[in-house]
Amino acid sequence: MTAMRGAPVSASRASRVPLTARALRITIGLIVAAVALALVSIAVGAYTLTLPDLLATLFGGGTSSDQFIVFKLRLPRVLLAILVAIAFGLAGALFQSLLRNALASPDIIGISGGASVAAVLSLLVFGATGLIVSLSALVGALLVAFTIYLLSWRSGMNGMRFVLIGVGIAFMAQSVLGYLITRGDVRDAQQALVWMVGGLGGASWDDILIMAVSLAILVPAVAVLASKLRMLQLGDDLAAGLGVSVQRSRVALIVVAVALVAIATALVGPLAFVAFVSAPIARRLVRRGDLALVPSALVAIVLVLGADFVAQHLLTAGTQVPTGIVTGIVGAPYLLWLISTTNREGRAS
Amino acid sequence: MTQTASASRARLSLRTQRWITLGSALGLLAIVLVLSLALGARGVEFSQIGQALFDPEAGNNDQLVIRELRLPRTIVGLLAGLSLGVAGAVMQGVARNPLADPGLLGVNAGASLAVVFAISVLSITNPTGYIWFAFAGAAGAAAIVYAIGSLGREGATPVKLVLAGTAVTAGITSVISLVLISDTDTLNTFRFWSVGSLASRDLEAVRLTIGFVVAGALLAIISGRMLNLVALGDDLARGLGQRVYVARAVAAGAIVLLCGSATALAGPIVFVGLVVPHIVRPFTGPDYRWIIAVSAVVGPSLLLIADIVGRLVVAPSELEAGLVVAVIGAPVMIALVRRVKLAGL
Repeated sequence: MTAMRGAPVSASRASRVPLTARALRITIGLIVAAVALALVSIAVGAYTLTLPDLLATLFGGGTSSDQFIVFKLRLPRVLLAILVAIAFGLAGALFQSLLRNALASPDIIGISGGASVAAVLSLLVFGATGLIVSLSALVGALLVAFTIYLLSWRSGMNGMRFVLIGVGIAFMAQSVLGYLITRGDVRDAQQALVWMVGGLGGASWDDILIMAVSLAILVPAVAVLASKLRMLQLGDDLAAGLGVSVQRSRVALIVVAVALVAIATALVGPLAFVAFVSAPIARRLVRRGDLALVPSALVAIVLVLGADFVAQHLLTAGTQVPTGIVTGIVGAPYLLWLISTTNREGRAS
Repeated sequence: MTQTASASRARLSLRTQRWITLGSALGLLAIVLVLSLALGARGVEFSQIGQALFDPEAGNNDQLVIRELRLPRTIVGLLAGLSLGVAGAVMQGVARNPLADPGLLGVNAGASLAVVFAISVLSITNPTGYIWFAFAGAAGAAAIVYAIGSLGREGATPVKLVLAGTAVTAGITSVISLVLISDTDTLNTFRFWSVGSLASRDLEAVRLTIGFVVAGALLAIISGRMLNLVALGDDLARGLGQRVYVARAVAAGAIVLLCGSATALAGPIVFVGLVVPHIVRPFTGPDYRWIIAVSAVVGPSLLLIADIVGRLVVAPSELEAGLVVAVIGAPVMIALVRRVKLAGL
């Protein structure tokens, strides 16, 4: 019902929904947490930097070994974590709001599945590595999204039809993955599993550049489309009455959300839980039936940075633990705690 | 042509249409059952089937294959398919979400974790040996999901259940992945169980689980009328005298018993529970009593067709039913979704 109170009268005012004091506090808190986690992640490791050393190094000073550790080893990983987290967090929030279903995250509607199939195929069947795997994943994700889109277009775009067809494709992708994993050598299967979980291990400045450029294009697009999305949430008829071109806005939003997920997945793998969980957590924290796009992205950053720290330093399973495993272990209990403590259900649509 | 056809169909009352649907579904299932006994890497005469079942001839290898291999997997497919179909229908009614797979209560994840434990710690490698682990894991996870989803003032609302189920599933899946990534031997055994298959099951597994399937089916039948009321919304259902929490608890009990049995029998087979109610609903309308009844017949048909196709396409090798089912079911689902005007749930 809070959404109705914030319901805008015109498009220009819609983009400036007033921040409640609580939303502001939460946003600032999340930013502080994200910065703190980022600094700790850069400082802590086999060789731990002190805070003054770290700050000095970040601002151009420091010894050459400090510089090497920070700029070559740790900063890329942290930066990539932040950038992909923004992409996953925003995409999850967009899908869930747009399709009005709390379950409509990119992994349930097949986009991550398409990326995984293509990546695992290239890994296991063609023995590809690095950039080729990423490109395959990107192509897989886009191909799946385009297929869902084609199949669900019938004189217009129906959200539920899009989701259901996506679910069908997701299960087909899962079948192919199951086949690939049960047929090959078990070591190949393990390698595929590691990719499918997603991790930040191979972060490079090239990855960061790709993700940063993509976000520089896509985030402004999200900002522009957010006001339309707020009105679409009121229902198609009402939105059309308020002057939104429903079909065009919906298609544009889907394209942006798919692009965010596809690029991030190509670089680090699916990181399954991040896109699903960030928006529900953000909405429950902000306690406002709104899109909560910025808090969603911030929650995603905190989640990924926290999970990556745990994966690198607190869990040792003989091998390097992929970050995607920890996002589930860290994110799930927190969402559960929120579910059990919030009395009033946030509008989870 | 099509116009007259649709016009005459519209003249049929919904009641007649439902009976025709149920009749055709039963007919299809009968055909599928016979084919499941007859087809496979080894070709047998149809005439051998009756003899193999009722009057076996000693030393006849065709009949041995039917009795020892195809009959158990057909019965396992029948039970698992029925369980998944019914559980799927009930789940979508409880969650009021068309994306709700019965696995969403954490059943598959819990069962998988218990089986991983059985493999990695206790070194059990035989599918029948997993049954109680799968069952216990399924029940445990579902209980956790339901308990967490019920906290707070309004009790177990659909949105809370769905979120709690997904969160628990994600957490458990992470733990499973952690084990699998570090333990190659466990992965090597688990990966074959995890895709879901009807092969190499014996009638002992059926004997162990059939009581749970029957109990779950009874609870599902009881829940049908309640789900019809709950579908109107919690407030309206309460106004009509339905205790909403009773409806949800009965339905959740049915789902755990049915899904737990199916997973124990055939491994975590996904998609059947999700797709069958979607296939059924356009023909039965929104009455959950009918959706449940027809799903109970369509579920086993779909699973057994997948199993038969899996036996034939790469013969003499096999594809697991759990892998084939989505490849067959998804196009059907997509075609239906494209044809039907979606009214939501």
